Amino acid sequence: MGYRFSVNGEAVDLAVPGMRRLLDALREDLALTGTKEGCGEGECGACSVLVDGAVVDACLVPVCQVEGSDVRTVEGLADPATGALSPLQQAFLEAGGAQCGICTPGMLMAGRAFLDDGGQATEGAIREAIAGNLCRCTGYTKIIEAIRQAAETPPKQGLA
Amino acid sequence: MPIEPPVSTPRDLSEAYALLSDGAGWRPIAGGTDLMVQITGELSEPPEHVLDIWRLDQLRGISVGHDGATLTIGALTTYTEIRRSSAVREHLPALAEAAATIGAAQIQNRGTIGGNIVNASPAGDTLPVLLAADAAIVLGSARGERTIAAAGFWTGYRETARSADELVLGVEFPLQSGRTLRFRKVGTRRAQAISKVVMALAYRADGGVWRDVRVALGSVAATPVRARETEGVLEGAAARKSSADHAAATIVREITPIDDVRSTAAYRRAVTGRILHRMLREEGGW
Ligand SMILES: Cc1cc2nc3c(=O)[nH]c(=O)nc-3n(C[C@H](O)[C@H](O)[C@H](O)COP(=O)(O)OP(=O)(O)OC[C@H]3O[C@@H](n4cnc5c(N)ncnc54)[C@H](O)[C@@H]3O)c2cc1C
Ligand code: FES
Ligand code: FES
Repeated sequence: MGYRFSVNGEAVDLAVPGMRRLLDALREDLALTGTKEGCGEGECGACSVLVDGAVVDACLVPVCQVEGSDVRTVEGLADPATGALSPLQQAFLEAGGAQCGICTPGMLMAGRAFLDDGGQATEGAIREAIAGNLCRCTGYTKIIEAIRQAAETPPKQGLA
Repeated sequence: MPIEPPVSTPRDLSEAYALLSDGAGWRPIAGGTDLMVQITGELSEPPEHVLDIWRLDQLRGISVGHDGATLTIGALTTYTEIRRSSAVREHLPALAEAAATIGAAQIQNRGTIGGNIVNASPAGDTLPVLLAADAAIVLGSARGERTIAAAGFWTGYRETARSADELVLGVEFPLQSGRTLRFRKVGTRRAQAISKVVMALAYRADGGVWRDVRVALGSVAATPVRARETEGVLEGAAARKSSADHAAATIVREITPIDDVRSTAAYRRAVTGRILHRMLREEGGW
């Protein structure tokens, strides 16, 4: 018997070394390659995922520490039935929040955690929420715009 | 893939203590924000065995004692929990400020105060706050519990008074009314920046005179330190510009910073003098 947790709502049972990085478990063992590796040391946020609702760097979390937890990755954002993008993803598309795309999965997860927290979507608050995510392309302005736009999406359409 | 040392997850403290005392080279992992980087980056010998203490919930949480004289923070308490704690914001706002400067959301959601203490980096941002607040660090092992004053805990570069079989259980902050504690960090940018200089200042204002002064610093010596000579200059001194001038001149001489990738010794000396001077001016109100 391995480590049991859920990824995007689906139960997994992984017989891997407990110190395997959650990042490697997702990418190598579960073939969920949406989560990216930039630095491997907590600096860039490309590997951001949610563990029990909190945004974390998957390169710093060993799989033994997510036993029993609810893990959410970028693959879980779109509607599982229809494949329709979430409002947050749609906003990134419309605002031009992605260029090369390597930072985008992490940005989306940090943005998602911020929206779930339900605070005021001021520029300062959004900047703080994505301060752990580096982007070498966009200059951040359009990412911030996208997150603000998603925050203004009427809740009846489902937040992010 | 990085090295994956064997790991055990004890269910409770006594199981953790039993493992730690078996001499098998255990290294605790709390939030992993230092340890995982050390393993992946091959910054040092990987641990023989890792002890996962993340689930030891009795080491988590923030409480004020019944007499209101002590604020206790469990070792596994994260920066996010510290920032959000109304008790910390009310009684020890400087610690909430320090927590808010550490990494960014991803780091604050995992990084713990116990990890900052045991990692013993001279740049650990909470450590000057512990020193200035006269905090005490509580350690536990199969042999029992003991408490060490923060001022005696960091004994050398990345060395601590903790024995290999001990866990840090938490930190106790004495709460004294009328005492002020201030925090200031200088880094390259606002988030995700390791300190070039970090300072905590504590004092009690006594009719225009500073008393019980503590000036504690990070990133200016091999360990987090108290600037005792500077404290001596300020002790009993009038809250005036001339005292601040004297203190700033003293601290610039007293500290022993080095040149490294983040800054130079000369910059650190200059900026330390300036931030102390500015803090004293703000407190003194001239
Ligand atoms: C991107 C990034 C940015 C960072 N920014 C900052 C910053 O701005 N300021 C700052 O101060 N730090 C910073 N850090 C360092 C780190 O986040 C902190 O030092 C954090 O407090 C470590 O806590 P942890 O729980 O993650 O420790 P871990 O990595 O789990 O452990 C650190 C060390 O302490 C030991 N240990 C942990 N808990 C205990 C315990 N209860 N008893 C005994 N031993 C224990 C471990 O064995 C290990 O040696 C940063 C790190 C990263 C990756
Ligand atoms: S890959 Fe995890 S933070 Fe950069
Ligand atoms: S879009 Fe290229 S790094 Fe952000």
